[in-house]
Amino acid sequence: MERSLFQRIFLFYYDGFRNMTVGKKLWVIILIKLFILFAILKLFFFPDILKVRFTNDRDRADYVIEQLSKPR
Amino acid sequence: MLENIDPSLVSWSRGQFALTAIYHWIFVPLTLGLSFIIAMMETLYVRTGKEEWKRITKFWMTLFGINFAIGVATGIILEFEFGTNWSNYSWFVGDIFGAPLAIEGIMAFFLESTFIAVMFFGWNKVSKRFHLTSTWLVAFGANLSALWILVANAWMQNPVGMQFNPDTARNEMVNFWQVFLSPVAIHKFIHTITSGYVLASIFVIGISSWYILKKREQFLAKRSILVASVFGLVSSLMLIYSGDGSTRQIVHVQPMKFAAIEGLYNGQSGAGLVAIGIMATAPGDTNSRNVKDFAFHIEIPNFLSYMAYGKFDAFVPGVNDLVDGNVDQNIIPVRDKIERGKLARETLAELKTARDNRDTVKYALLKAKFSDPDFKNTYFRYFGYGFLDDHNQVIPNVPLAFYSFHTMVGLGFLFLFILFLFLLALFRNTLEKRKFLLRLSILCIPLAYLASQAGWIVAEMGRQPWVIQDLLPTMAAVSHINTTSVQVTFWLFAVLFTALLIAELSIMIRQIKTGSK
Repeated sequence: MERSLFQRIFLFYYDGFRNMTVGKKLWVIILIKLFILFAILKLFFFPDILKVRFTNDRDRADYVIEQLSKPR
Repeated sequence: MLENIDPSLVSWSRGQFALTAIYHWIFVPLTLGLSFIIAMMETLYVRTGKEEWKRITKFWMTLFGINFAIGVATGIILEFEFGTNWSNYSWFVGDIFGAPLAIEGIMAFFLESTFIAVMFFGWNKVSKRFHLTSTWLVAFGANLSALWILVANAWMQNPVGMQFNPDTARNEMVNFWQVFLSPVAIHKFIHTITSGYVLASIFVIGISSWYILKKREQFLAKRSILVASVFGLVSSLMLIYSGDGSTRQIVHVQPMKFAAIEGLYNGQSGAGLVAIGIMATAPGDTNSRNVKDFAFHIEIPNFLSYMAYGKFDAFVPGVNDLVDGNVDQNIIPVRDKIERGKLARETLAELKTARDNRDTVKYALLKAKFSDPDFKNTYFRYFGYGFLDDHNQVIPNVPLAFYSFHTMVGLGFLFLFILFLFLLALFRNTLEKRKFLLRLSILCIPLAYLASQAGWIVAEMGRQPWVIQDLLPTMAAVSHINTTSVQVTFWLFAVLFTALLIAELSIMIRQIKTGSK
């Protein structure tokens, strides 16, 4: 029976992952790395300062103008 | 004026960005170059139908995969840092930085992530030609990703094609083509990607040489050296050509960087090019400019003038000319630029006050200034100077710029010579006898990385104190956050990246030892 396009794409990736040798180790490294980057570092250490401190672009702009123009 | 900015916060933020960028750049150049080498090898397989070429392609593809997997997403950390550590900068650059990075993200995602799967999983599942097309598209996709990042970086070195909006404090792109096709961007892109091609060629030749010395994988090694040395030689010539073009751009848009990379303090007509030099502290550094003299140097007479302006007797400004000004050469002193920059900043402050006080007449008048070409050219273009207290702050670390530049150039020429020797040895069929050359090429692998990193040190350290040339100094771009948090994340990154590097090296070395089975 002819497989649908989605089935063929799924099987392409499924077989590809199953038959990997070095790749399996690399995928583990990629997943751990992405977890550390997005679930730990981005979430807890790297907030977007202007988004966190201000609710709208007007306030963000005013803050930056102040930073750039006031004598420090 | 900058007394409220914690210098250690600026230093740690810069250190963290440098650490991240340097580690990220360990993975990128090999991806840029090796992807094309693999595509060429696979093309030879498809054209000749010889299974040996397929084996060779798959071997290098595995090493490419290791480097790609370990390096992927390391650049995203730089974007995290923009929002957290460099929020003033991120806001100020507006859509100029956002647009190229967004295009890069979409292109990288669709081109690389789609076709890289076909490249690795598609052997014997798709047609030979479709597989080959995918491999080429991965190579082009990786290089196109680099294009957009480098366009954004080139804009920081030479901000063009934008209009500053004083209401939002953001730069808005008014001419995409001026940003995209700026000569700085074109030279930077070609120079950077070709440096990756040379690095990848050296990488392939170095590993192949190891096989020849070990008397293993002889066929794979010689064929790989053939492809890599031809590709590397052509790339080296393009690298030198684009490097020359970049230097000619720098002398116009970043003359202080140019003076620094040549260690030129006093401008000269018919200036000589220092080919090799060792810097030493000069006596009588009365201006506190950390003036360095040469304890030893070999100079090519008049060549710096030619390199900069295409004339052997042209005047090349030195650090002192650029700081103090030079009436004969129409160079404005930094003190004047500081005054102009301060006026531009004061105008911005007045505009905000007028808007807050609902003084519509004054507000309209001041806002119009930021669109007035006269105000833009006389005052706003020196906006960043308004943050400086001392005119000597415009001088970058001259010895660092000088040594980095000369390391990069010296190694670049060494690689050209080595690539030529390899090609010669291949055609004369004397490769196995050239033990010294084979050993030297293995040593060249770390040297290629050193040259590549030195290039970025020239580009980024040489342009200090600017994060955006003349418009925003690094110290004004930094976010007012706790220094300790930057220190903590600095060490977290140092540990994470070192672990990734160790993983890359250990997996790659094991794979190389295994060979092409």
